[in-house]
Amino acid sequence: MGTLIEWYDFFIFGSLSIVISTKFFPSDNPTAAFLSTLATFAAGFVVRPFGALFFGRLGDIIGRKYTFMVTLMLMGGATFLIGCIPSYASIGFWAPLIVLILRLLQGLALGGEYGGAATYVAEHAPVGQRGYWTSWIQTTATFGLFISLVVILLTKSFLSETQFDSWGWRVPFLLSLVMVYVSYLIRKKMKESPEFSKAKAEGKTSTNPLKESFGNRYNLKFVLLALFGAAMGQGVVWYTGQFYSMSFMKTVMHLQSDQADTILGIALLLGTPFFVVFGWLSDKVGRKWIMLGGMLLAVLTYRPIYESMYQLSNVQQKTKLNETTTPSTEQNSAIVTITKSQYDDGTEMTSSKIQHQTGELKGKETIKTTTHLAGKNYILLVALIFIQVIYITMVYGPIAAFLVELFPVKIRYTSMSLPYHVGNGIFGGLLPAVSTYLTTNAEASNTPQFYLAGLGYPIIIAAVCFIIGSLYINNKSTPPNHE
Amino acid sequence: MNNLKKLLGIVWIILAIYTAYFSIFELALPKISTGHQEDLVFGIIILCILTPIISLGLGLFGYYSLLGEYDREKM
Repeated sequence: MGTLIEWYDFFIFGSLSIVISTKFFPSDNPTAAFLSTLATFAAGFVVRPFGALFFGRLGDIIGRKYTFMVTLMLMGGATFLIGCIPSYASIGFWAPLIVLILRLLQGLALGGEYGGAATYVAEHAPVGQRGYWTSWIQTTATFGLFISLVVILLTKSFLSETQFDSWGWRVPFLLSLVMVYVSYLIRKKMKESPEFSKAKAEGKTSTNPLKESFGNRYNLKFVLLALFGAAMGQGVVWYTGQFYSMSFMKTVMHLQSDQADTILGIALLLGTPFFVVFGWLSDKVGRKWIMLGGMLLAVLTYRPIYESMYQLSNVQQKTKLNETTTPSTEQNSAIVTITKSQYDDGTEMTSSKIQHQTGELKGKETIKTTTHLAGKNYILLVALIFIQVIYITMVYGPIAAFLVELFPVKIRYTSMSLPYHVGNGIFGGLLPAVSTYLTTNAEASNTPQFYLAGLGYPIIIAAVCFIIGSLYINNKSTPPNHE
Repeated sequence: MNNLKKLLGIVWIILAIYTAYFSIFELALPKISTGHQEDLVFGIIILCILTPIISLGLGLFGYYSLLGEYDREKM
C-alpha cells in the first residue's frame, strides 16, 4: 500500500507535467526553464541512487520499519506541498525553486522506499515463498501509474476545463495526504522484520553498511553482478514496455493521445496479475531463467513488435475510402486547413496544415497528423503492448526476491537498493535520450527503418545483461553464508 | 566456465572503455555544445554522474571477472 502510494506520488508529477510547467515553469523565463530541466532529470534518475544509499544505510542500522515510514512521510509530504505552492505568477522565482526542492525530496524518498519494502516483505515471507510475496510489491509501480492516470481523469471529469486548469490540477496532489495517512496507520501497527530483529538482538547488525557493502570486495562483486546481470536489463525492458511504447504510439505512429493512453492502460491492467504469476513461479523453478527469459524474448522480438505497431498506422499500406477538407480558418495568427481521411480498415487520419503568419515561422508551413485506429487494428495494438507488459512482468516480478537473497541481512537494504535504482533510474532513465539520439542519426542518414533505430539501446543493454546473467548468476536462491 | 568468465572480463573492460568514449564524445559533449540550456544540464549529468557510474562499474566488474572473483568456487 505504501509503495503503491509512493509510486502514485512520483508519477502524478509526470502525468501533470504540462499543467505544472505552465504554472511553475514558464518557458519564456530562462531560470524557470533551467529549474524545470533539473526537476525532470535530477529527480528522475540522479537523486534516486542517493536516496537508496542514504535510506539503505539507515534501514540497515535502525531497522526497516522506521526507515520506510520516514520515506513514506517524506514522499507524501512533498507531494502534498507541491499541491499547495502558489504559482509563478504569484510568487515568481520562488515557485519553481520550491517545486524543484520538493521534487528532489520525492526522488530521495523513492530511492529509499523500494529497498525497504522489498526487504521487509521478503524477511516476513514464509520459507520458499519470497518470490510470491515480494511480487505484490512489484505490481505497485504499474498500479501507481495506473491510479495516477485514473485520479487525474476522474478529477477532470468532475470539473470544467477552466476549473481544472485553475485549481483542479492540485487535487491529485492534495489527495496524497489522505492516502499517506491511511498507509501510515497501517504501517504503524506493523512489527519490525523478524530477521532484522533477530540480527539486532544478537548484535549482528552493521555499524557501517556503506563501507561493508561497497568497501568489501566480496559484497561489492555481488552488487556489480546484481546491476549488470539483472537490474540494468530489467530497467530497460521496464522502460521500453511502459514508456517507450507510449512515446512510440504518440510520436511515431501519431496516435491520438487519449487512444494511446487507453491502449497502454488496458495492456497494463491485463498484464499486472502476471507479476504475481512469475513471482510465484520463481519460487518453484528459480528466479534466474524467468528474468533472463524475459530479457531474451525482448531482445529477439522488440524489432518485429515495433515494426508491426508501425505498420498498423502506416496509411501507405491502406486503401483510402474518402477524404474531406474543411475550409481554412484563422487560429492563433495562423491559417489552419484540416483534412480528414478514412481508410478501408477503419483507420482515420486527420492532417492539420498550419500556415504561420507571424513569429519565427512566418511564411512557413507545418503539418500535424493524428491517427485513430479502429476494430481489428486496435485489438492488435493492445495485444502488441500486452506482450511487452508480459516481458516486464517476467523481468520485474521475481527481481525483488532475487536481490534480497543476494545479500546478507545486515547490509541487505543498502546493497540491494543501489543496483536496483542505478539499473532503473540510470539505465532505464537514459532510454529516451539515447533512443532519440539513435533515431535522429538513423533519420539523418536516410535509413529506411529509422523508426526502429531507437530500439538499439534497450536491445543491446538487455543482450549484454542476458549474457552476464546467464554466465555469472547461479539459479540457486541464496549465496553461501548469506543468512 | 571459469576460464570463459575470465576471458569475458577483458571484453567487459573494453566495453567499459567504449561506453566511456561514447558517453563523453557522442552524447555529453555534443549536448553541452548545442547552446540549449536543457541540453547543457543533460550533458553535464551524463558527463559527471552517469558516465563514471556506468563505465567504472562495468570496468570494475570486468576486472573482478578477470581476477576470478566470479569463479564457481568463490560464489
